[in-house]
Amino acid sequence: MAKKGLISVVEREHILSLLNHGKRTDGRSFNEFRKITIIPGYIQKAEGSAIAKIGKSKVIAGVKAQMGTPFPDSPNKGVITTTVELVPVAAPEFESGPPREFAIELARVADRAIRESEAVSNEDLVIIPGKFVWILFIDIYVLDHDGNLYDACELAALGALLNTQIPDIKIVTNEKGEEVVEVLETTHPLVMKHTPISCTFSKIGDNIIVDPNYDEETIQDTRLTLAFTEENKICSTQKGEAGTFTVEEIKKCIDIAAERTKDIRSQLDKIVDPQGYPWSEESS
Amino acid sequence: MAKNKEETVLITKDGIRHDGRKREDLREISFDVGVLDRADGSCLIQWGRNKILAAVYGPRELHPKHMQMPGQAYIRCEYRMATFSVPDRKSPAPKRREKEISKLLGEALNPALFTYLYPRSVIDVFIEVLQADGGTRCAAITAASLALADAGIPMRDLVTGVAAGNLSDKIVLDLDDVEDKEGLGDLPIAYLPNLEKVVLLQSDGIFTPDQYKEALDMLVPACKKIYQLQRKAITDKYSQINEAVQKDIEAEEKDKPAKDKKKAEDSKAKDDKKAKKADDGKKSKASDKEEKKKKGLKKSSKKKDDKKQASKEKEAKKD
Repeated sequence: MAKKGLISVVEREHILSLLNHGKRTDGRSFNEFRKITIIPGYIQKAEGSAIAKIGKSKVIAGVKAQMGTPFPDSPNKGVITTTVELVPVAAPEFESGPPREFAIELARVADRAIRESEAVSNEDLVIIPGKFVWILFIDIYVLDHDGNLYDACELAALGALLNTQIPDIKIVTNEKGEEVVEVLETTHPLVMKHTPISCTFSKIGDNIIVDPNYDEETIQDTRLTLAFTEENKICSTQKGEAGTFTVEEIKKCIDIAAERTKDIRSQLDKIVDPQGYPWSEESS
Repeated sequence: MAKNKEETVLITKDGIRHDGRKREDLREISFDVGVLDRADGSCLIQWGRNKILAAVYGPRELHPKHMQMPGQAYIRCEYRMATFSVPDRKSPAPKRREKEISKLLGEALNPALFTYLYPRSVIDVFIEVLQADGGTRCAAITAASLALADAGIPMRDLVTGVAAGNLSDKIVLDLDDVEDKEGLGDLPIAYLPNLEKVVLLQSDGIFTPDQYKEALDMLVPACKKIYQLQRKAITDKYSQINEAVQKDIEAEEKDKPAKDKKKAEDSKAKDDKKAKKADDGKKSKASDKEEKKKKGLKKSSKKKDDKKQASKEKEAKKD
């Protein structure tokens, strides 16, 4: 739906006039992210999980692995499905019920980066070609909405996958001569081939900023999300909202996003904090 | 992604693609404007083997009321694929993909329209993909913008969509279904050709930043080329209507020559103006608006034509 959060006219003009002077309300520069933290393994009952925090935005992702049959048109491929739930705890405008357009778009953008970069090694997901494969459900719940859910969901999904343990299996032949899969107690880490990381831009007037917070998002004209792999290749793009970009602006965004995602990736050791407490308030 | 690259050669060393096109060649595109009777505006696009129908209803009252926006119209777009449009029957329930594309197409059409003219209203854009062969969202938005123009809704610009793709690290334009599935990447955009603004941008698959920029540079001229086709389609359609109206007026003139003489002169003058404009490649926003207004006029005269018996007072009300 087209409706956005509410913001007063005074505040709207305050944000805009600051931007026109090259400043942002939280003191960041235009191309600066808020503090990012990923807390892996928060849910012990999931095969993998992570909470991603960008500033005050909090998003949790859980990975569940189920054995299932592959799609008929791709018998030698595992299945990965990503969903996003905008649960009512996260923001006053979120209501329970089936996912709306916004949640669907979020899920598909997070899914696209992981799918198109072929982040998860496919060999690891195929048990018996054409018969049994692992189906990975990456379910993302937005817990606190302070803007830039696109990058937060992407980071949570990546964090959860990096921390996923897949059960070991044994293939035995039963007395009827059929191949049967036995799931063992032991597990092994999911093999990841790539680590896609996204960078989201907001365009407000003629200003293009990285990592918009909630207020900035509320008054944005348009939005652009670009995801990069570690080989500095673009694996996903999504422009949203009813504004426009010029081709030159998009080219600039590509260069900035390449830098920012490289920064995040190089600090991944620091960002991923298994000892972190997700609910502590920290300045963004 | 591209598992059986050996089976289909997507692009040869000389840059010839599997269907014989060169890198920057588009498939054949044709439009039929105003094909639907009940819709306020409609367009059928045949883009290669894509067949897509777009219909516009509105501006009209938006229900449910809580969705009404006090300062602008809501552009509600619905993109659907027919169950028989793809090789394996698609279930008729809308998929997440269709919902996402619907949202994006609505948002992409928004900058082309003067939404503030119709507060609390909705402009419904319905898109039915009858046959899909790659690049449906681009073809759909190209058709939708013509349907909006056909509905006589004032527009800043037409919207033109086309996709670029990455075939074995060579950037090409306008992927078909095979290239979309087997290629390395797909990059659809929608563009306002006169205002030079990008209104829709997505990508999947792999592009290096340089390839991405190269693709953008190829897409812009392609959009401008398609825009000329769109323009021709809609001006052709309205010059046909104009001729029909002209004949009608001439017939009337014979009956009562003195009364209607002035009216005929008026429409002739308009005709001349239009011919001049068609020669003009670029045109200003102002003249764009003017043309749209004129289209509105002609549209109502088409309706008159159909009804034939409409009285003059009614006409005045309509205009």
